[in-house]
Amino acid sequence: MIRFLTSLLLGLTILAAPVHAQSGPLRLELDQGIIEPLPFAVPNFVPDGPAATQYANDISRVVAADLTGTGLFREISSDAFISRVSSFDAPVQFADWKAINAEALVTGAVNVSGKRLTVRFRVWDVFSGQELGNGLQFSGTTDGWRRMAHKVADQVYSRVTGEGGYFDSRVAFVSESGPKNQRLKRLAIMDYDGANVQFLTDSSAIVLAPRFSPTGDRLLYTSYETGQPRIYVLDVDRVKRTELKTQDGTMSFSPRFSPDGRSIVYSLIQGGNTDLWKMDLASGQSVRLTNTPAIETAPSYSPDGSQIVFESDRSGTPQLYIMPANGGEATRISFGQGRYGTPVWSPRGDLIAFTKQNKGRFHIGVMRTDGSEERLLTSSFLDEGPTWSPNGRVIMFTRESQGASGRATLYSVDISGRNLRPVRTPDGGSDPSWGPLQK
Amino acid sequence: MNVLGKVIALGVLGVMAACTNNDPSAIGGGAGGNGSIVPGSPSDPRSPAYFQQSVGDRVLFEVDQSTLTPQAQTVLQGQADWLLANTDFVATIEGHADEQGTREYNLALGARRANAAREFLISRGVAGNRLTTVSYGKERPIEICSTEECYSKNRRAVTVLTGSTLG
Repeated sequence: MIRFLTSLLLGLTILAAPVHAQSGPLRLELDQGIIEPLPFAVPNFVPDGPAATQYANDISRVVAADLTGTGLFREISSDAFISRVSSFDAPVQFADWKAINAEALVTGAVNVSGKRLTVRFRVWDVFSGQELGNGLQFSGTTDGWRRMAHKVADQVYSRVTGEGGYFDSRVAFVSESGPKNQRLKRLAIMDYDGANVQFLTDSSAIVLAPRFSPTGDRLLYTSYETGQPRIYVLDVDRVKRTELKTQDGTMSFSPRFSPDGRSIVYSLIQGGNTDLWKMDLASGQSVRLTNTPAIETAPSYSPDGSQIVFESDRSGTPQLYIMPANGGEATRISFGQGRYGTPVWSPRGDLIAFTKQNKGRFHIGVMRTDGSEERLLTSSFLDEGPTWSPNGRVIMFTRESQGASGRATLYSVDISGRNLRPVRTPDGGSDPSWGPLQK
Repeated sequence: MNVLGKVIALGVLGVMAACTNNDPSAIGGGAGGNGSIVPGSPSDPRSPAYFQQSVGDRVLFEVDQSTLTPQAQTVLQGQADWLLANTDFVATIEGHADEQGTREYNLALGARRANAAREFLISRGVAGNRLTTVSYGKERPIEICSTEECYSKNRRAVTVLTGSTLG
């Protein structure tokens, strides 16, 4: 996995401009409240030889699964197909795809030469008979075939919706096993869809809440390996961790990177009291950001790095506040019923996702940065810890089931509140952190 | 409760070390010289097992609270008396929360609870440098049902004897 990520030479080439190079009228407007998913077809990509057959089939299936998984698209089964696509360069029989009501069509071809794999694809607006954007090709090593499929799907998604994709991304999380009172936790990383799981720590110490750096090269997390909760930074490719030293005799947790990746904001416990601090990673020096007898935790930067949203119980119950990134007066933004926690600023900057606890239920919700337009997206016995997809369209979180056999599972939900679905992990999963789109 | 098991074993070693140091006279009732009491067993009032079972190693908290109830103060008074009489022990106070609440908030809440117990022991004369704290938040429940019956036992501060200051 590590070797693959460093050796994957992902080449991108724009194919020769086709006759209709301009965007067609097909457009899925995501903010219009989509009820009916857009029907699309992905006939199996055309292999250029026996060595490419399996890859061509698998890549086509991952592209289709990515699109279907958004809840915004609906795949038309190959059983319904009238046309067979046996050549990538042959003219598309649009009438055959119109007849089965496919609005978007993705065609592709796969070439395998030794360990090198090349995928070519085109996206078609069936009803206008035009190509959406330019044909592209991605090249890399064969073991990176899933990433190439995700890149194709990202292109399809962004051409049809006009927004950035999120499929070629990874998620760090805590893999959980064992009963509640003897739970074993390991840091792990995987593709956004649950494939290619790699464990980053063993289960000898409790680990909590990994957080990706803005470029995805490092993870912050909390570990009890010294007996006390302390913050570590881990180089993802080398799987090499370093403790971030805070004051002796203190506990530190809930770290998060600044958008420039040069500093972190975190919670430090002294004398039973939890405040927010900021550490410059180059010097290791920390400065205090809050100084109250209340609990201040779960900080998250605005994308421009100028503000921090966090959780505090200074009013008596946990609520959400925003303060300048260097500390100073904080403004409360949550005023609904119940308790609010783990606020996370969206990558677009317009929304804050949070955990809400009210009347014995937990919810994942979003609100605008001034606290207005609160919407709850989920409801269960215990939902917590939202993390944003790179395009700010989907939220992943932890759902823990009730009772003695309770188990933690990762879920994702569209910010419309639709398309709630579990994310498959080998064992239980919690504390997801969604990384950036990969380069 | 693997951690607790190991820690108690350490505490027992501490007692045994103290015994081999020919220091039985330090024990008020002369338990070391009493053949009917097995050193280190729950019947030995100087043992961690006695501390855990007879003095009471834990106090419980109300929902979302870190203030000490009258019952908690009674237990902690007993812990203070024991620690003052058994000065060769140091302790780590573990703060815990039930599963209601976010992971982060519960870590902070567990720290408040552990600190409340520590401050009480210090106010009763136990030296602060004998008492460290750690918060586990909701990571280490002892009861696993999702009802108040279990939650009330999980909202706790546990004083774990971690060995001897007398090397």
